[in-house]
Amino acid sequence: MSRIEARFAALAAEGRGALIPFVEAFDPDRETSMALLAGMPAAGADLIEIGVPFTDPMADGPTIQAAGKRALAAGAKLGRILDMVREFRRADAATPIVLMGYLNPILAYGPPRFCADAAAAGVDGLIIVDLPSEEADLIATDAAHHGLDIIRLVAPTTDDARLPKVLAGSSGFIYYVSITGITGTRTASGAQLEAAVPRIRRVSALPIAVGFGVRSPEQAATASRVADGAVVASALIDTLAADLDAEGRARPGTVAKVLDQVRALASAVRAG
Amino acid sequence: MNTPASSIGANSLRSGPDARGRFGAYGGRFVAETLMPLVLDVERAYREARADPVFQAELDAYLANYVGRPSPLWFARRLTERLGGAKIYLKRDELNHTGAHKINSCIGQILLARRMGKTRIIAETGAGQHGVATATVCALFGLPCTVYMGATDVERQKPNVFRMKLLGAEVRAVRSGAATLKDAMNEAMRDWVANVADTYYLIGTVAGPHPYPMMVRDFQSVIGEEAKLQMMQAEGRLPDVAVAAIGGGSNAMGLFHPFLDDAAVRLIGVEAAGHGLETHAHAASLSRGRPGVLHGNMTYLLQDEDGQIEEAHSISAGLDYPGVGPEHAWLHDIGRVEYVAITDDEALAAFQLLTRTEGIIPALEPAHALAQVAKLAPTLPRDAIILANLCGRGDKDIFAVAEHLGVSL
Repeated sequence: MSRIEARFAALAAEGRGALIPFVEAFDPDRETSMALLAGMPAAGADLIEIGVPFTDPMADGPTIQAAGKRALAAGAKLGRILDMVREFRRADAATPIVLMGYLNPILAYGPPRFCADAAAAGVDGLIIVDLPSEEADLIATDAAHHGLDIIRLVAPTTDDARLPKVLAGSSGFIYYVSITGITGTRTASGAQLEAAVPRIRRVSALPIAVGFGVRSPEQAATASRVADGAVVASALIDTLAADLDAEGRARPGTVAKVLDQVRALASAVRAG
Repeated sequence: MNTPASSIGANSLRSGPDARGRFGAYGGRFVAETLMPLVLDVERAYREARADPVFQAELDAYLANYVGRPSPLWFARRLTERLGGAKIYLKRDELNHTGAHKINSCIGQILLARRMGKTRIIAETGAGQHGVATATVCALFGLPCTVYMGATDVERQKPNVFRMKLLGAEVRAVRSGAATLKDAMNEAMRDWVANVADTYYLIGTVAGPHPYPMMVRDFQSVIGEEAKLQMMQAEGRLPDVAVAAIGGGSNAMGLFHPFLDDAAVRLIGVEAAGHGLETHAHAASLSRGRPGVLHGNMTYLLQDEDGQIEEAHSISAGLDYPGVGPEHAWLHDIGRVEYVAITDDEALAAFQLLTRTEGIIPALEPAHALAQVAKLAPTLPRDAIILANLCGRGDKDIFAVAEHLGVSL
């Protein structure tokens, strides 16, 4: 059983959904993002998404765009991000790690070599924003060969006729992009989620995580209750960005502030 | 004017793209799932429109009476004499309404948007030519228009920004990245994903997710179809060489596509070498880039070893893009089209040469094609024929040229 499968099964047995916080690798530097990553499980993260920066993040709002820019300036590279995962895995063998980013850095690395290296480093899944199911064969075989889940995205625009096509051959979990828009802008209402999630459940038995626009503990609790997990990204990065000094460097308390926010999100998710 | 797809044989170089929107390994639909259903809608609507004689008749009528097609084919006698070699013909697409070839595709796409029931148009622009053409057709049809333009380009293309505003468009300056065309395209995609129900994204070049590279090529192919007929009328034969400038590559694709199966016609695409190919300040994705994925398609890109996209540079804002249309990537790989590069300085010299010999001020984009013509013509016999696409007029560039010539206006 994969780490992702095992974790969702354990949470289902507990009767609650997952909190999936997001950390942009190398934002604003390796040390800070590594401290965040390492501290997240104890703060209540059930799975963790690591953002892989790209110069042209077309699906992202201003918050993650700025995070990516800081990260690239700090020397983020795919290989170095895999090193972070390797370091994380020395202390934590159970928390699933999913990399989220865009296709081109993976193409430049080479999909076969990347899948091998990512799996060996301890990565469990990949969310590739600009790789729709129509193009997924570019990496699907290599990913499957190394036991990496390619997490499929479903959007409000994905109609019932298209859903089975999008979810054919999917594994790990399903990422529901809960709004039509970019990250960190709008928020879906509880009622919208109540309508959307059963639509996906009719087609797939995989766990469903809700992302894009989940910001507050209440929203995370709702999303993880209606679906099976809530991804929180921009709200955490906003906290980090607001705490940076004038030169864009982390302060001594920055990591603790972000982890406190993860803790608050986690307790709301646990309370359901 | 478009050749029906059914009349193109299996061995034709004109049969692409395939059902997945691929030209060889290039093209495709690399967009977020939120946009995927929209992209499929555009494809479905375009295939229906292309097969509908009423749509074609409407398009032809706008091209004839609003754009001013066919554009003339001009024998450049004094330029030919000056260069002392092959006969040079210019396809005068700078005489179109709005002064460039961009309007050909804007008319086609806005007719499609109306057919799809869309009520709002967005576009990206670099030099502002596509933005002006889009704002123009939006004024013509009374549709609200938002144009994304890099803040750097807003600054260096003020006349076009004002023109767009006069036409009623909203111009949004994009400050992310290097604040040029690539960033404007990112921002237009972000707008589209947030306004999926009512908005049509009117892409300016033969790039982006399928069906855009095919659709924009089809709408621009009117250039090559006309030129073919006009060459036959003028000389009784096809040209030996056809030359066009390439940023994203829409004017070149429009000129080349009707000639792809005419093996005797040599096709040359001219990229911007900026300060020189040996520097990092150029926009020559085919000459110096490698394949990758950006803005919805697989193609040649200027990128670093980690797959991060690099900034392009050209004196011509219209060529200042780190990618190129996927059909060009394929034509490059199979060797059907030769791709060369011309520097800023060479383009400036050609700009002045054409102005003085023919009384035509070209845009800096076709000045790159003319610079290649100036290199090539003297090496060919006097009975050889070169056809060059004059895809835009130079009024928009006089400030930039004055600055480079050290003249203050």
